[in-house]
Amino acid sequence: MAIIDQKKIRNFCIVAHIDHGKSTLADRIIEKTGLLTNREMQEQVLDNMELERERGITIKAQAVRIIYKAQDGEEYILNLIDTPGHVDFNYEVSRSLAACEGAVLVVDAAQGIEAQTLANVYLALDHNLDVMPVINKIDLPSADPERVVNEIEDVIGIEAQDAPRISAKNGLNIEDVLEQIVKKIPAPSGDYEEPLKALIFDSIYDSYKGVIVFCRLFDGHVSKGTKIRMFATGAEAEVVEVGIFGAGQFIPCEELSAGMVGYVTASLKNVKETTVGDTITDAERPCAEPLAGYKKVNPMVYCGLYPSDGAKYPDLRDALEKLQLNDASLSFEPETSVALGFGFRCGFLGLLHLEIIQERLEREYNLDLVTTAPGVIYKVHKTDGEVIDLTNPSNLPDPSVIEYMEEPYVAAEIMVTTDYVGPIMQLCQERRGVYKSMEYMEATRATLKYDLPLNEIIYDFFDALKSRSRGYASFDYEMKGYQRSELVKLDILINREEVDALSFIIHKDTAYERGRKMCERLKEEIPRHLFEIPIQAAIGSKVIARETVKAVRKDVLAKCYGGDITRKRKLLEKQKEGKKRMRQIGNVEIPQKAFMSVLKLDSGE
Amino acid sequence: MVKCCPNISDETIKPGLGIRRDTDVKKEISLYIHIPFCVNKCNYCDFLSFPACTGTCKAAYINALQREMELYAKEADQYRVVSVYIGGGTPSILSLEQIEMLMYTLREVWDVDADAEITIEMNPGTADQMKLLGYRQLGINRISMGLQTTNKEELACLGRIYNYDHFYIAWKMLREAGFDNINIDIMMGLPGQTFQSYQKTLSKVLSLRPEHVSAYSLIIEENTPFYNNPAVLSQLPDEETERMMYTFTKNFLEGYGYCQYEISNYAVEGRECRHNIVYWEDRSYLGLGLGASSYMSGNRFTNTADLEYYIQYYNDEKCVSLMPLEKTVIDTKTHMEEFMFLGLRMMQGVSRQRFKSLFGKDIYDVYGTVLNKYEGMELLTVSGDSVSLTAQGVSLSNIIMADFLL
Repeated sequence: MAIIDQKKIRNFCIVAHIDHGKSTLADRIIEKTGLLTNREMQEQVLDNMELERERGITIKAQAVRIIYKAQDGEEYILNLIDTPGHVDFNYEVSRSLAACEGAVLVVDAAQGIEAQTLANVYLALDHNLDVMPVINKIDLPSADPERVVNEIEDVIGIEAQDAPRISAKNGLNIEDVLEQIVKKIPAPSGDYEEPLKALIFDSIYDSYKGVIVFCRLFDGHVSKGTKIRMFATGAEAEVVEVGIFGAGQFIPCEELSAGMVGYVTASLKNVKETTVGDTITDAERPCAEPLAGYKKVNPMVYCGLYPSDGAKYPDLRDALEKLQLNDASLSFEPETSVALGFGFRCGFLGLLHLEIIQERLEREYNLDLVTTAPGVIYKVHKTDGEVIDLTNPSNLPDPSVIEYMEEPYVAAEIMVTTDYVGPIMQLCQERRGVYKSMEYMEATRATLKYDLPLNEIIYDFFDALKSRSRGYASFDYEMKGYQRSELVKLDILINREEVDALSFIIHKDTAYERGRKMCERLKEEIPRHLFEIPIQAAIGSKVIARETVKAVRKDVLAKCYGGDITRKRKLLEKQKEGKKRMRQIGNVEIPQKAFMSVLKLDSGE
Repeated sequence: MVKCCPNISDETIKPGLGIRRDTDVKKEISLYIHIPFCVNKCNYCDFLSFPACTGTCKAAYINALQREMELYAKEADQYRVVSVYIGGGTPSILSLEQIEMLMYTLREVWDVDADAEITIEMNPGTADQMKLLGYRQLGINRISMGLQTTNKEELACLGRIYNYDHFYIAWKMLREAGFDNINIDIMMGLPGQTFQSYQKTLSKVLSLRPEHVSAYSLIIEENTPFYNNPAVLSQLPDEETERMMYTFTKNFLEGYGYCQYEISNYAVEGRECRHNIVYWEDRSYLGLGLGASSYMSGNRFTNTADLEYYIQYYNDEKCVSLMPLEKTVIDTKTHMEEFMFLGLRMMQGVSRQRFKSLFGKDIYDVYGTVLNKYEGMELLTVSGDSVSLTAQGVSLSNIIMADFLL
């Protein structure tokens, strides 16, 4: 195969605030370039996962290669890398950006610039990408493209007058976008003759091909038989196949060369040998320096994940390992709970990330899970000077040896229309927020800045924000570091036995309220037993809330079904089946959903 | 608590001195005959019964039943019948001639013990003097009356078509016809029922001195008008009231010399329903007619519930064999479970020795943990050969029995 002319390659991604139409535009581009016939075209081709389609969000970065015949008569190879829009998945965006030369910025013609619009633009600029704005949804009655163009120029400071005005939904002016990609986004540079230097921006596990590494070549070339080395892990392997991305399929090719985006499979046994962000080089002729890679993303939210059926523990471990291959930000380590048995303490980027992982484990790996209350990493300063990073409340040392504790804070920026400033400020106050500033971006839009404890936003802050602003507020945050805080460990005692899986760390001022709510909720969830069950919330030895599940006094099947024993049996089996889904704590059987129900205490505001 | 009903099982079920052929080699069996017709369907009823059937339909059904019985001729040879129960629906809705035809065929095919307990279910309002005398002549010696409650509003809510006066007239007729073994069904936990109204029902019933009382709890079943009906559900007595009703039944009846021998059944001495005990004591029975269940030679099976199909199949002149039915073989595990959860319904409980002779294992080897758990909670007692529930255990029997599933 002839060496592909670098000048004919454009590597780009599409960035946008959630819901501004990024995936729809991607679909239209793919459609327009005839990669798929209309019949083959499924809505939102790049959102492969069932979960992504259902939720209408992009979770994973996806890549596709498109051939486009431009107005200059030349054929160009466009490598499109789709990126997630949610704040939790920022790191995915960052990974994709590193593989591109340019970013198409999609802005909603009605809503204008939103929090993630900015965050993504800054990310793109950080990666030295050329940002090319596109105004989408011009078909909406409330669309005001000229206002949005001005907003882009004022707020972001990039030229936007000739930004294509499109409707991705209706396929309007998509051609303009493609032309501009060719004209405005630079071709990759890189030397075919130099030693191989490729960035791993993703990898997946395929049961037939093994580990499939998605990479962007910056220098050199790679083909079947090349002996490659992973810079960070030192793992070496021989390339089995190289190829490019079709829409939803892998297309093998002879060679990948500098500037190209594609995939590599090699005889890699262990999924851990290919870390995303690592550099691939030629084992026999290695490059001197690795690529910059990515900033390692650190999990911010932790929770315990346990299989409902204890026997599924190894399955859960396998599943987590496979997911981790796709998702470098997921971390896990084994832990045990008295209440829940063997499981894993897992780290996530945020609560949505947690939910997504949980749902993927349940759907794709068919696992039934019990999740414990999510928490953050607390710093425990002991009297002997030692500092512990606490991710599991059960590991909190005895209060007598604790000097003080710190919790992580975030600097939050909330963009909201002026009508809802009041309710949002109130929400931030309730969540122990420290007011910093308020700026008006325009007459009707303001940016509120608060320092908030991370602990307070991981549960349901997003939902509360949306409901109190009728969806008009958007929110972004960055880690700000640790602050000393009056934290306590709240324990739940069921029938006077502490249930470790229900313990959590909380600010002392909110402990009472939460303890009360948890007891109330647990009272609803725990079925009545043959004896009375006290449910208590306690800080240390002090009980701060109590509820009681009354004892069952009568449960008789005083009905004669004649000789139809099967009906009687079915009834008893149902009773027994209900018990199976429960966890035994002392004498008490607790349904698994009770553990989950306490996670969403605030949902009914 | 005074144990007032020692050793009902073997003694009572064993026949007396009737004249039989080949008695010693024949196994015992009980027969259930289902009559799926009634005058109108009650609001809580989920049994197989069809109020709308025509006379022709009934005749065809009786014909089918007779045919089904005849086709059992070969099996019948190995058995002698210790009890017969004609249930429904409302079997007394049939004409005397129809019952006569059934009893005739039954005796032709089966070897019925001379002193077999033969029960027919009856609703107040379907009784008449001629019919009752006819029943007596046919050897029917036990009547089960579905009264449910004496309270007018409660009866109306259930969709029953009579009042207590009708019932009383029927009752008088039964006694005049010479029936000396009568059961009255009553229900607790009815919509709108109070503890006081239940007490009243029970006192009224007791003043008649029936030989047997069945006191059931209303169970709201799917596919009945009561199901998911907020007007009904909101009127149900609370758990505590129902528990009081249950306890009251026991104390009150025991005060009058009745003995609770099963979770919902009370009788004066010697009048325990033998047919019912067969179900709880893991003994054989054959169900004839629509949707009837059987337990024979370690198999459980149930007749079709499709009335039209049943009638058509057994009325077909070319029909030479029984309808093929799916049989569930009761394996040892299932058998143990059933032995326990059925046996524990009996106040005398299950026999450890019988457990051992059936399964070759001591009951504690299989159920040690559960037995100890509930013994510790005083919900179950083990004394001598018997394992039984305590009064409190009976109140919570569902929970306990579920634990006997392996």
